[in-house]
Amino acid sequence: MTTTSTLVLENVERTHGTGETAVHALRGVSLTVSAGELVAVMGPSGSGKSTLLNVAGGLDTPTGGTVSVDGADLAGLSRAGLDRLRRRTMGFVFQDLNLIPSLTAIENVSLPLELDGLSVRKARAAAKDALGKVGILELADRFPEHMSGGQQQRAAIARALVGDRRLVLADEPTGALDSTTGEAVLRTLRDQCDDGAAGLLVTHESRHAAWADRVVFLRDGVVVDTTGDPATPESLLSRVI
Amino acid sequence: MSIKHSLLALLQSGPMYGAQLRQEFEHRTGGTWPLNVGQVYTTLGRLERDALVVSTGAADEEGRIAYQLTDAGRAEVQQWWSVPVGREQTPRNELAIKLALAVTLPGVDVQQIVQTQRTATMTHLRDLTRLKRGADGEDLAWELVLESLIFADEAEVRWLDHVEARISRLTPTRAKASRTAPVATAENAGAREGARR
Repeated sequence: MTTTSTLVLENVERTHGTGETAVHALRGVSLTVSAGELVAVMGPSGSGKSTLLNVAGGLDTPTGGTVSVDGADLAGLSRAGLDRLRRRTMGFVFQDLNLIPSLTAIENVSLPLELDGLSVRKARAAAKDALGKVGILELADRFPEHMSGGQQQRAAIARALVGDRRLVLADEPTGALDSTTGEAVLRTLRDQCDDGAAGLLVTHESRHAAWADRVVFLRDGVVVDTTGDPATPESLLSRVI
Repeated sequence: MSIKHSLLALLQSGPMYGAQLRQEFEHRTGGTWPLNVGQVYTTLGRLERDALVVSTGAADEEGRIAYQLTDAGRAEVQQWWSVPVGREQTPRNELAIKLALAVTLPGVDVQQIVQTQRTATMTHLRDLTRLKRGADGEDLAWELVLESLIFADEAEVRWLDHVEARISRLTPTRAKASRTAPVATAENAGAREGARR
């Protein structure tokens, strides 16, 4: 099990401030996400879900415990090493899409690879692949303003997944999208995990969390419960109905 | 559930015997509400007594009797399609009853009941979603039944979230008093994060 665990959080704590005014956003969270697995985190506002995602992606530093990605303890990495890991191994999808308006879809998607030193030709080829996977290859040369919200979100997902991303971190990725488009976005995320990526999805929508293999419930910075492992296809029908 | 009307509706497509009716019913609803063949024959017996169906003749060599709709039966089906499903009698909802009792009786950990139920309902919702993912869009009837169950689970989780929020608003002093200091500060964090959103 440990060999295939892409993301391992062990007893992670995140406290802001000290003494009487200290705010404990995470209070000893342990969580493992394996390759091929999508794990959803649910909880009320202020339960620590976004902090958890930020800590997992090295965007925030825990005040206790360890976070490892692909076997590397994030605390042991240099700034440059962490940047490299984030660029090469992790993909982020946030509610606000953060597409660069002056770049076309394919330029947006290939940018992280180009920043990483890949030749433009190779980066564009990988970006084309990623756009194809999310089903918007025909929009490669469009600027964000000429794409619908759903198309932009898929471009953002393609950017998060381009290259060899083994860990995808998504914070309310369906944001303001209508339910059909939101479902397409989740299907894309799910497909990526079925293809071997590890995924962590923060959401308050049960309908979206239901796409995950496991759902972790967070409350006041603590994991209060987790759904069981998915049923096998054979037992699924008899258990569901 | 109206087995009576379901059987009458199926007979609109032509005469059928009991086992066939059961098979057609389960096929269209994905086996979500299994019928036993005894239920089917008991219902057919009542429908025949009420002159809504009539047997097409004697039993075949395997002892099966096919039934068809009478004019009254056809009218009954038309009536069923035209009126809404009754909402006058609220079906007994064990979860609502359980929580209504839990919030009014001393010494019950309502928050734990809510969380235990939420986990169970989310597990069910996830399993339904997996079934839906596997569906290829070719079996509309089954997928609609599945989606009905998905929407019901979703509504239940939303309601549980609502219950939890209402309880924490109603009893702030009790909730705070029962918690340790770090939790109380985590609640401040919650307020701050909430304010950012």
